[in-house]
Amino acid sequence: MAALTTTAQAPPAETRPAPEKAGVRRRRRRPRVWRGLVLGLAGLYFLVPLLASVVFTVHTPGRGVSFEAYTGILGAEGFTDSLLLSLGLAAATIALVLLLAVPALVAVRLGAPRLRPVVEVVCMLPLVVPPIALVTGITTVLRWGPEHLSRTPLYRTFMAVQDENFPLVLVLAYTVLALPFVYRSLDAGLRAIDVPTLVEAARNCGASWAYVILRVILPNLRTALAGAAFLTLALVLGEFTIAALLGYQPFAVWIVTVSGAQARMSVAVSVLSLLITWALLLLLSRAGNGTRPAKSAATLAAAPSSNKDQ
Amino acid sequence: MPVPSPSPTGPAGGTRRRRRGPRTWLATLPLLVFTGLCFGLPVAALLYGAVTGTDPATGATRMTGEHLQRSLQGPYLGSLVGSVQLSALTAVIGSVAGVLIAQAVVTSRRTWLRSAALTASGVLANFGGVPLAFAFIATAGISGVVTRLADLESLGWNLYSFTGLAVVYLYFLTPLMVLVIIPALDGLRPQWREAAQNTGATGWQFWRLVGLPVLAPSLLGGFVLLFGSAFAAHATAAALVGGSVPLVTLKIADALSGNVLVGQENVALALSLDMIVIAGLVMAVYLPLQRRSARWLR
Repeated sequence: MAALTTTAQAPPAETRPAPEKAGVRRRRRRPRVWRGLVLGLAGLYFLVPLLASVVFTVHTPGRGVSFEAYTGILGAEGFTDSLLLSLGLAAATIALVLLLAVPALVAVRLGAPRLRPVVEVVCMLPLVVPPIALVTGITTVLRWGPEHLSRTPLYRTFMAVQDENFPLVLVLAYTVLALPFVYRSLDAGLRAIDVPTLVEAARNCGASWAYVILRVILPNLRTALAGAAFLTLALVLGEFTIAALLGYQPFAVWIVTVSGAQARMSVAVSVLSLLITWALLLLLSRAGNGTRPAKSAATLAAAPSSNKDQ
Repeated sequence: MPVPSPSPTGPAGGTRRRRRGPRTWLATLPLLVFTGLCFGLPVAALLYGAVTGTDPATGATRMTGEHLQRSLQGPYLGSLVGSVQLSALTAVIGSVAGVLIAQAVVTSRRTWLRSAALTASGVLANFGGVPLAFAFIATAGISGVVTRLADLESLGWNLYSFTGLAVVYLYFLTPLMVLVIIPALDGLRPQWREAAQNTGATGWQFWRLVGLPVLAPSLLGGFVLLFGSAFAAHATAAALVGGSVPLVTLKIADALSGNVLVGQENVALALSLDMIVIAGLVMAVYLPLQRRSARWLR
């Protein structure tokens, strides 16, 4: 039976109920051919751009191999500023989105189950609005500031939110974009543990509410929190549309700006950003004990369109 | 207040329960207020701006379908159609390729292949946007490595075109499909196949009567998800083709950032509304399907 089960894709003519040895071997040969072909072509398609990018950055036709594109990155104008801005935005977004989502999601499990569908819909709705549509809405709202509110105290809020050095408006927008993915990650994590029982048990043992949240609930959500934080980080570091249209220059916008003058370096930065994403993913897959890497890799992109291209 | 487990500590538990009700409810308030302000408000402003116009002479605001009408005409309509075509094409190819790869991975006995494929898919599905565009410029752009090696230009290859964009989009769409479909393929229990074979079904009958019906929600859900991802994508296209391929996201960005004619912003809002309608339809198909396919997966 074990041999039968592995040939799930055997062509029809060869599938007969008799599991003789010869039959099994014959059945397995053809799948192996198409499997090798499919995996080979896929490997080619997915590896060539990566290899070509590396070659492109280190090899100049007629001038040979040089690593200038990589060594020049650190000294490039605007690199550290934009990267620090992106990292700061990412940290603020992660903090904000977790502060908003974790209490809400724990609460609907503990004592407000009727709010659960409301919270779910509210968290998933941003998926329906593409980022470029969200940014048109945001620019419209921001224009109210100078147009209608210039004589109210709200005006100062509008200005503070758009501070050049640390545009809070981006943090707010990124938090909205991250909500669906954070919701999914946390919801899956909470589903795996019995929140009410854990809380009752801890409370009956005399634990305070703060203790229950910090020492009982959150440690059990470690993997889910790490997943949510990683997705948010990847989203913020790669986000281009909203930042570019609102006129700020975090990392992704900087790469595009620099690409005109220094094509090689922009590719080098792209290669590095892929490597960093990969490293973070591997770290994440080890963050939760007992989670198989493959599983957490799957949860990473199981949420719709978690890719950064929006 | 439906607290699942009864509190054993008599009156003290009673007061706690009474107090916990309002308190837990309050914990959802920050989230609801935040989304109302930072998501609801912009979207409401977008909808309002898409259906109203301000008379430049009098400054009066009135309802009008003019912007929506303009967003469905001429070059704007062309960009919507272009986006839908590109998304549909890449979603079809990505779905088929993703299913083939996933099936090859699932039927393989090598466990390293499986975990490598899942990790790689997780990374590549997140490798969209600007870096992806530059990786492809380095590969198949005008002075790209592969362009030079294989002399692609003499074959009529152009990265900065509809076809080129489709090839680039498939780079993150196909891994996305692999991630979505692998759990579904795992959900096809080998026992079902054995049961089918034992009752005399051919392989084709198995796929037609058991395999595909079970996979159908996941397949359709994956397709719709790919479509939505491609449709909403902006960064890759912006970094790659600029304005040479008509896409609705690029048109909106132009209208928003360009110093274009007055009233153009409202057309951008109307185009955004069109996008929301299409993306909303996509999600209305995807979410129920995903719930349905979850039944077969553990």
